[in-house]
Amino acid sequence: MILDFPQLISQWETLPVHVFTAHEKGEILTIGAGTASGAVSGAIQGTASGAVTEHWKWPEQSNVDLSMDWKKAARITAGIDVGSVSSQAVVLLDGKLYAWSSVRTGSSSPDSALKALNQALKNTDLTLEKIPYVVGTGYGRVNVPFAKKTITEIACHARGANYMGGGTIRTILDMGGQDCKAIHCDEKGKVTNFLMNDKCAAGTGRGMEVLADLLRIPIQEIGPLSLKVEEEPPPVSSVCVVFAKTEAIGLLKSGWPVEKVLASYCLAMAERVTALLNRIGVEKDFFITGGIAKNIGVVKRIERILGISALNSALDSQIAGALGAALFANALLEKEERGKS
Amino acid sequence: MIANYGYTDGSGEYYISINTSFCAECQTHPCISACPQGVFEMITDDYDEPACSVKDSFRKKLNYTCSTCKPARKSSESPLFLPCVQACVNRAIKHTW
Ligand code: SF4
Ligand code: SF4
Repeated sequence: MILDFPQLISQWETLPVHVFTAHEKGEILTIGAGTASGAVSGAIQGTASGAVTEHWKWPEQSNVDLSMDWKKAARITAGIDVGSVSSQAVVLLDGKLYAWSSVRTGSSSPDSALKALNQALKNTDLTLEKIPYVVGTGYGRVNVPFAKKTITEIACHARGANYMGGGTIRTILDMGGQDCKAIHCDEKGKVTNFLMNDKCAAGTGRGMEVLADLLRIPIQEIGPLSLKVEEEPPPVSSVCVVFAKTEAIGLLKSGWPVEKVLASYCLAMAERVTALLNRIGVEKDFFITGGIAKNIGVVKRIERILGISALNSALDSQIAGALGAALFANALLEKEERGKS
Repeated sequence: MIANYGYTDGSGEYYISINTSFCAECQTHPCISACPQGVFEMITDDYDEPACSVKDSFRKKLNYTCSTCKPARKSSESPLFLPCVQACVNRAIKHTW
């Protein structure tokens, strides 16, 4: 009988035999536990090469609008958002969305910026040299070597959200990889009030990745699974991601099903970010950007606590910062051109 | 623009709020010299406006940094007693704790 990791954890102490297998490089392939007769076994399955499945890994994405022709565009601009967990690139033709990508940030910000741009342009013959204005934003914005200007992610998310959700948006919640921002903006997407919390990873994408890895559940499945509880459990009490992880293990060992642990964690995250939002107040319309906007378990709970629904967009919530940066680049290039004429 | 710098942690909420719409008209920026810890700096914001800002290096330790000023405020029971708040004639600076 093969158990998944949470089941194994909950039964660990009742099983007398604990087994670890490793391949020749010393990497763990399997952790198991069972009875002396081997009736129960298995847990983390590695690949033949010794690599253990990384459940936190979300799929990298890109898209290009092939109905548009960049050669006919008067202005080509790009925005690059280098975050702590993910990097995005957005390319605009005359202020309209042409291509975008969302990739994982590596150890080097300049390489991540280039990787994001190359990924966005991979199905086109447009190259970086033909893009006259690039704006960098995000945590690694100062390390985008081909950016002509850097702009904070707060201003870029507001501008991107205004494009994605329209001019009625007044409150934006950006739940990024390692920080969280509450933003108010006007009808043009200009920031009027903001608050950022980057002191702790709880309530952020990184916290969710840690949970996905701990429970061996693909990160995209956490939100839907967390909604499969009949009754909402209390939130995990710890706001710190390290303690929340320990608490989650304790809950599994005490017999909580995985869905209930996920619901408890998503609720804690929702309560934490709504407290941040309430500090500046929530005005309609409300919009959520960043990777966690894709976690329906967190989004539904935020909406329930606030008593309002977040506006939806057909575009990927994760590209809001890069999109805002590209829109700034478009306006700045236009200004430069006006100055020359 | 109202800019809130700081954080929430297990012990409380520590934010300094600055209404930067006053800063463009402010000639001498007295908040900067008034702060004994050097918390503030003038920046050009994303909309090319001059704005007072909390330096990056202080944003995650405001409770600790401001602790030397806070007892004085408590004894006077007035937030105006904080050197930064007192220095800004536009009352653009507020503390949440
Ligand atoms: S004194 Fe007040 S208005 Fe002047 S720069 Fe400082 S915060 Fe802005
Ligand atoms: S309370 Fe004191 S240390 Fe803190 S910002 Fe104001 S003047 Fe500076």
